[in-house]
Amino acid sequence: MSLAGLDITAPFHFGTVTQWFDSWLNSVMPHFWALTIEFILAGVLLLASYAVFALVMIYMERKICGFFQCRLGPDRVGKWGIFQVFADMLKILLKELVTINRADKMLFRLSIFFVILASLCTFAAIPFDKGLQAVDFNMGVFYLLAVSSLGVIGILTAGWASDSKYTMIGAMRSGAQLISYELSAGLALLSIVILSGTMQLSEIVEQQADLWFIFKGHVPAVIAFFIYVIAGHAETNRGPFDLPEAESELTAGYHTEYSGIKFGLFYVAEYVNLFIIAAIASTMFLGGWQPFHIPGWDAFNGIMDYIPPALWFTGKTLACVFLALWVRWSFPRLRIDQLLGLEWKILMPLALINIVLMSLVVLW
Amino acid sequence: MDKITSILSRQGITVNVVPHGLSVDVPQEKLYSTCSELYGEGGLKYLIDIVGMDYGDTLGVIYYLSRAAGKDVLALRTVTTDTEKPQLLSVCKFWTSAGLYEREVHDYFGITFVNNPDMRRLFLRSDWKGYPLRKNYNAENPVPLRNEAICDMERVPSTVFMMTDSDVEAEGGSIPTISLSMGDTEEKVRNIFEEDEYIVNFGPQHPAMHGVLHLRVSLDGEIIRKVDPNFGYIHRGVEKMCEGYTYPQILHLTDRLDYLSGTINRHGFCLCVENALGIQAPERAQYVRVIFDELTRIASHLLGWGCMAMDMGAITAFIYGMRDREKIMDIFEETAGGRLMAGYSVIGGLAQDFHPDFQKRVKEFIPYMRKMLKEHHLLFTGNPIARGRMDGTGVLPLETAIALGVTGPAGRASGWNNDLRKIAPYAVYDRTSFDVLTRSGGTAFDRYIIRLDEIEQSLRIIEQLIDNIPEGAYAEKTKAIIKLPEGDFFQRVENARGQFTVHITSKGDKTPCRVKFRSPSMTLVSGLKAVADGGKVADLIMNGASFDYVIPCIDR
Repeated sequence: MSLAGLDITAPFHFGTVTQWFDSWLNSVMPHFWALTIEFILAGVLLLASYAVFALVMIYMERKICGFFQCRLGPDRVGKWGIFQVFADMLKILLKELVTINRADKMLFRLSIFFVILASLCTFAAIPFDKGLQAVDFNMGVFYLLAVSSLGVIGILTAGWASDSKYTMIGAMRSGAQLISYELSAGLALLSIVILSGTMQLSEIVEQQADLWFIFKGHVPAVIAFFIYVIAGHAETNRGPFDLPEAESELTAGYHTEYSGIKFGLFYVAEYVNLFIIAAIASTMFLGGWQPFHIPGWDAFNGIMDYIPPALWFTGKTLACVFLALWVRWSFPRLRIDQLLGLEWKILMPLALINIVLMSLVVLW
Repeated sequence: MDKITSILSRQGITVNVVPHGLSVDVPQEKLYSTCSELYGEGGLKYLIDIVGMDYGDTLGVIYYLSRAAGKDVLALRTVTTDTEKPQLLSVCKFWTSAGLYEREVHDYFGITFVNNPDMRRLFLRSDWKGYPLRKNYNAENPVPLRNEAICDMERVPSTVFMMTDSDVEAEGGSIPTISLSMGDTEEKVRNIFEEDEYIVNFGPQHPAMHGVLHLRVSLDGEIIRKVDPNFGYIHRGVEKMCEGYTYPQILHLTDRLDYLSGTINRHGFCLCVENALGIQAPERAQYVRVIFDELTRIASHLLGWGCMAMDMGAITAFIYGMRDREKIMDIFEETAGGRLMAGYSVIGGLAQDFHPDFQKRVKEFIPYMRKMLKEHHLLFTGNPIARGRMDGTGVLPLETAIALGVTGPAGRASGWNNDLRKIAPYAVYDRTSFDVLTRSGGTAFDRYIIRLDEIEQSLRIIEQLIDNIPEGAYAEKTKAIIKLPEGDFFQRVENARGQFTVHITSKGDKTPCRVKFRSPSMTLVSGLKAVADGGKVADLIMNGASFDYVIPCIDR
């Protein structure tokens, strides 16, 4: 855990809590046990927040989608329907798990864990606040790209193992789509790496203290942001890029044959992936947990500092999520050839040119 | 029609003039040559429908033919005396749509159409015993009580005409009369799909199938090689049921064919019976019927628009369509009591007078709908992804549309002016001014946009009528038991999907001898089949939605 450079004065950082806890543990027990307890706690907290974020996202999506469509969304269970997602979660936990006779049983069960593991590993690397980040090392961006692309293995095996034609087509589409769009997403992040000169996520956020990268990086950063948002959107398999699970063509795509909580885990992973993409976008481009600062405007910056960083981070991320929802509920779906054409003919060349541009900006 | 008369009299066929046009009896051996001349020289390019008939000792078929944009209809009847193994020559060489119609007749009457490449049963299971619309049909256990070997849908029996087929084609106008005898034909069985084709089932249970249509699709990756539609999953035997129902009872079945244009179908059946009885609904009823028809059309187009958007992944558009449709359903509910199945027209007029607020509500709806249309265009029509999907996709050329009998908005999108409200006006359509919209592209986008544009035209019609509904009776008095005079009666109306026709054969009883409805949706599916090949899977679904078929109407 990165705890260096701690500043106890305002604003409040979660890092103070984690650092205090760390030193307290080390004072009452040997270092080995303190580390073990910290690892376990971090894991439990991550899993818990993973579930909580998924629930928040699902509720948010249902409510916002409702308003886009001139209806109310869930409003019966609890005030404003806030307990609807919990009720649905309980329901899905109690449902029967059906395994197809002709399915490849091992892969059928294993594939969910690939998907969950990939998104959980990525989730762990997100800097929620100073010091509130489970995985932070000097190759953070590279790590993000590497583990997030593990998910496609889960989707491919899920589609293959189900032994159904719909899932097969869905999985193949998914493979083509995710692998293609990862290139653009990676190249877009690379241009920020060029700008910051580091791959460590906490360092990238620190560098944005005076001004966010999207403003600091001139035009190339803006282009990179849009490329990342589009490519990231495609990576989450959500409309208008929801071809792998195009419900009007492939019933539910690669997870057609999954039931109960097995389907639920795919579903949760999808929502958390949406959150992760938004979180990475806000970390890399919108300053992460850094407040909105404008160089020279000290009074303004001082006011901005009063808003806790964790809130800044969540706010920016949810704003990105809202953008994704807005797009999803307004646009129809692309066709597979259009989807791949968009990536290979437009986004990828643009991202490559953008890297050159960014290098020029940095050199200059 | 003079040309048709001269062609027919040259063949030595007596021509009878009936209210809807001409009616002729053609001997079996002259059928092929007559059809050939009527198609070529006579210009009857559009086969409206084929009606199978059982006359007791003979089995017959009535072909309803018309010019592509003609008012008059030629009813061409032919019979075969062989009831054991009846055979007729197929006319699907001239009219492609005959392929499906002949399958339907084959399914119900057991008539085999020689040279039709596909003689599977259309609606019933392949192991169904007997032919249900024959008068001597025994309805006991038509389906084996125990499952026998699984029916093989792959294999298509087709009876092929073995007499040198090339002669028929080569001689053109002077086709020799062909007599059918058992020795001349041979039954062949061929496969629809090859062994190694990758076949995916879309339907009968599938989120994108608007109902229970079953498409078997041969795929090469994402590209479609061949589509084979299967019907019959919601077959209720409506035409058979009609034979046991009185005319007012049958009315309730008409709503349930194409449930999205139920009001219009019901109107069509009422018109057919009224014409047969020689009565006419009062002016007031005719006005309100037309207003109801147009409201139904708007509701149906809104749903068609929404479904097409949803099939392309834009669910919000679907909800918008449903929201506006709801207003129409409320208007229906207030006046008629029913919503989807308003059940408002009855033989002789309307079931009851309209609600005092009816006119007010409709007048409120018109500006609302205009405003919402703008929103719909804003949300979806201009969307670059939507345009990218629709533009240039699924092209249905005009000739194919006419040959397949793709009527309604889908046909008009290909440039076929087939709107019966204009070419053969009924009720008070001739007193209103509106434009028949045709487009030339025949693409999915044309089929999409023509629906939204037709909503505006329907609003225009309603606007002209709503303030001028005449006072007076809302229904003509009819006898307690309605008996139609002996004869064949035929009526066409324009429903939201195309030409809906009613054929009634009466023997003077209180129940009809035979009722046949033309389903516009059935030909729309063959339209889909025609445009699907070579496209992507996503295009298949979108094109299906752009044709906007309703499955219960196909299966009846």
